[in-house]
Order: sequence, then structure tokens, then C-alpha cells
Amino acid sequence: MDTLENLYRQIIMDHYKNPRHKGLVDDPLYVTKHIKNPSCGDDITIQSLVREDIVEDVRHDGRGCSICCSSASVLASLMIGKTEHEAMTLTENYLNMITGKPFDQARDLEDALAYQGVTKFPARMKCATIAWQAFGATLNKKAGETDEQ
Amino acid sequence: MDFTALRKQFPVYAYEDIVYLDTAASSLTPQAVIDGMNEYYTRFPVNVHRGVYRLSYQATEAYTAARETVAKFIKASFEEIIFTRGASSALNLVAFSYGLSVLKPGDEIILSALEHHSNLLPWQAVAKQTGAVLKFVPLDPSGRITAEAFASTLSKKTRIVALTYVSNVMGYITPLKPIIALAHEQGAVVVVDAAQAAPHHAINVKELDCDFLAFSGHKMCGPTGIGVLYGKAHLLKAMPPIEYGGDMNDHVTLHDAVYKDPPYRFETGTPPIAEALGLASAIRFLQDIGLDAIAEHARHLREKALAGIEAISGITVYNPTTETGIITFNLDDVHPHDAVTYFDADGIALRAGHHCAQTVMQWLQVDATLRASFYLYNTDDDVKRFLDTLRRARTFFTEAGF
Repeated sequence: MDTLENLYRQIIMDHYKNPRHKGLVDDPLYVTKHIKNPSCGDDITIQSLVREDIVEDVRHDGRGCSICCSSASVLASLMIGKTEHEAMTLTENYLNMITGKPFDQARDLEDALAYQGVTKFPARMKCATIAWQAFGATLNKKAGETDEQ
Repeated sequence: MDFTALRKQFPVYAYEDIVYLDTAASSLTPQAVIDGMNEYYTRFPVNVHRGVYRLSYQATEAYTAARETVAKFIKASFEEIIFTRGASSALNLVAFSYGLSVLKPGDEIILSALEHHSNLLPWQAVAKQTGAVLKFVPLDPSGRITAEAFASTLSKKTRIVALTYVSNVMGYITPLKPIIALAHEQGAVVVVDAAQAAPHHAINVKELDCDFLAFSGHKMCGPTGIGVLYGKAHLLKAMPPIEYGGDMNDHVTLHDAVYKDPPYRFETGTPPIAEALGLASAIRFLQDIGLDAIAEHARHLREKALAGIEAISGITVYNPTTETGIITFNLDDVHPHDAVTYFDADGIALRAGHHCAQTVMQWLQVDATLRASFYLYNTDDDVKRFLDTLRRARTFFTEAGF
């Protein structure tokens, strides 16, 4: 059970019980992306506000397991203040890490590194990636756009 | 019956030290079923109903014998058994052939909130196309369909009743006999989703007097990719095909065609021949053990597991009074996907999610649940391992701060 304990280590539980940047805003400057995983009911919405190439804010809301909900909070904490390019690179790096692909260890994923343990539980990859995929999608869209998936 | 010894007949146990408690999704496969399919691929791996040569004749004979085995299994006639891809496609066939041809605007279709999506979505689609109206039997406080509640939903406008025999989430057995009698008094036709019933219960369609009945091979030790639609002969005979092509016709000209009688009218293309043989092998396998003995064994394991669960605090069981081998539960304040990973790490396969029955989750007012389903290859030791892990999981998640 050591692997599982590592997976649920403090960072994940902390963000699950005390989520940061939670709650959506009604602001047309934000880009919104909603992703639902119909097989388990994880349902996450991510909003991002990018101005002059800087990720000024990330918001999240939704329902799901601890991995899914906490990863949205970790994501928001990590991304705020990054350049859009950095944010995109970190997102790709994180998704590669979770899916067991090579990733750039030099780029600091900070608290998000806690999710590396998910690679040991392939059935949970979707839980750990859904918020990040939604965030990546917001970066590829224009302000005010919303999307349902 | 020595159920522990039976496990040797399931090859997966030679490779995996697994406590498999997800039979309600799909059962494990015994060697006899693999052999039944292999016989086709080894001895006469050719098409049926077409070739005028000995091997094709042999394949056709075996395919025909498989249909006879299925017919006897549920006390139907040969021409009343249609092979489909599974219970889902069987229910779609009833909806899109029978349903589309008889339903008029304002006609009512009675369903329940316990239905699997396969017995809900086809009727939603057909209702939208025909202007028919869906009505739902209100469930009693424990989540059961009762004959009384059904009677209050039934009306002169009811044309079709489509209900589950055994709920895949709650495990409850629907009191079909009085329901079918009531429906017939109003001239309604009754469709039974028996996907969870066929693996555990001797079904007698004549005694039930249902008009249609659907089940899948892969939940009753059979292969994937095969299921059965039973329909009363006179109903099938009046129904149009929903798939057209080879083998389902008698005569074809440029602008028209004459279709075969049932069951062949509904089976175009090369059928799942090996799978039909595998299903027949599964039926023989279950009958050799005895369906009553299987149901009793599953009940015994469920009761033992339930007693163990009830001794642990912080766990909610949603169907404590069920009469079949299904336990639907949650660890309080733990999302089932978090919980299921703990079980997975211990080699225990549970289902977590909404079980293709989101309307049941809505009725229970939960996002998702865990489900343990017991079957003939599960043992007292499986129950012990399940309970040991459950106890440790409860402590683990409490200590982790959930």
C-alpha cells in the first residue's frame, strides 16, 4: 500500500480538502472549458484569464474524486503568474508525466509532481488529467468562448 | 456443489490472483466456453447457411443446435430466438422494429428509473420519433418496482412496458408475473431486460408470458459479442427487419425483396457463429451446476459480505434487502473512484461509477457508487479478502483526512 499512500500524500489531500482558486467567475475576459468523464462522473470546468501573455487567473469548479478535484486546485496554483508559453509547456509536461511518457524534469511542476504516482494506477490517469486537458484547451481559445464536452 | 473446485475451470485464475467481484458487468469465462468457440475455429471455421459443401453444413448444424440450446434454456421455440450482439442490441431491435411500427402519438411506454441505459435510451429515441410518451413506475422507498405502483402507472394508452428483471445496481427482482398479467389486460406488450437475470435464474418465458426478453452471453459465462432476443412468434412474424442484407432474404429483385421468416429475418450478415456455440456451451455449463444452486451460492456470499460490511462503521449500503448477489455501497465521504483504487491495489476488482444507470444514481441522490457482485466462482475466501481490504480502506481514508 506504500504506492497508494504516496499517491494520496499530503499535497493531494491538502488541495482536496482546501481547494485554492475554486469557483467560477462570470467575466467575458475568461475562457471556459468544461469536460465530463461519463464513465465515472468526474465533471470539471476550468476558466483561464490571459492578458499580455501572462496567465493572470485560473478558476475551477466541479465534482469528482480526490485526484480529479485536487489536481484542478494544484493546476490553478501553479499556473497563475506564468507566461502563456510556460503554461502550455508545463501542461504538456504534466500530461506526459501522467501518461508515462518522457517529460522535461528540469521544468518545475512544483506540487503537481505529487501526481507522478498515478502512473502506477493506469485506471486513474483520466482522473489526474481531466483538469489539465481542460486548461490546455482554454489556452487554445479566445476570451469569452465557452465549450461543452 | 463444490464451488471452490469450480474455479479450476476458469483459466484466468491460473494467471491472476484476483478477487473478481464485477460479474454484473461481465463474467469470467470457463474453459468449456473457450473450447466451444475453439471447436468452430478448429473444426469447421466456415460460413453458415450458404456453402453447399460438407464443412459449411457442419457449421450450420452446430449453429442451429446452439439456437436450440438457447430456446430450451428459456422454454421458447426455435424460431423465437434471435441472436444479437448482446442485450443492448436485442432491446434496440424491439424498440426500432416493434416500437417504431406500432407506436402512435400519445401512446405510452412504461419504464422505470431502475433501467440500464440499454433499456432507456432506445425507448427515448423511439418516443421522440413517434410522439409516444414515456411513463416511469414510481419506486418504493427501498427503490423497488412493485406491482401496485405499476398498476397506478398503467393506463388504456399503455402500448409497451419495458422493465428490468433484475436491477444491475440494486439487484432487486421485479415482480414480473403480476405486472405482465396487468399489462396484458390493457393490451400492452411487455419487454423484459433479463441481462442480470439469465445468469442466476431459470427463465421460463411461457410461464412469465412476457412478449419479448433480452439477455447477453458475457454476463453468464459466455462470450462477448452475442446476446439473445426472445419474441413471441406471432409478434416477430409481423415485425419488419431493422438491418437489411445477405441471408435475411428469400428473393431479391432490383426494386424489391422478400424477407425470410423469423429468426433469420433479423440476422443479416455472417452471424457470430463461434460466439453462438460458446453461448450454448455456457448454458450447458450453468445447467450442469444448476441455476438454483448458483443463485443460492451468490446469495450466501452476499449475506456473508453484507453482515461483515454492517459491522464496519462509515459505510452506506444502498440495497441491504436485495435478494441477489449484488451489493451497492459507498465509503462515506470517499469518492468511489478513490476507494476502488485501494481495492485494485489489493487485487480486488469492484465496479465504481454509475453502472450505466444514471437514473438510479439520481434516485439514490449520489454521483456514483461501488458495486460488488458475487457469482459462482467466488468463494468464502473472496468474501474474507474483500472484507479485510474494506476494513483497511476505511481506516486508510479516515486517516488520510477524507
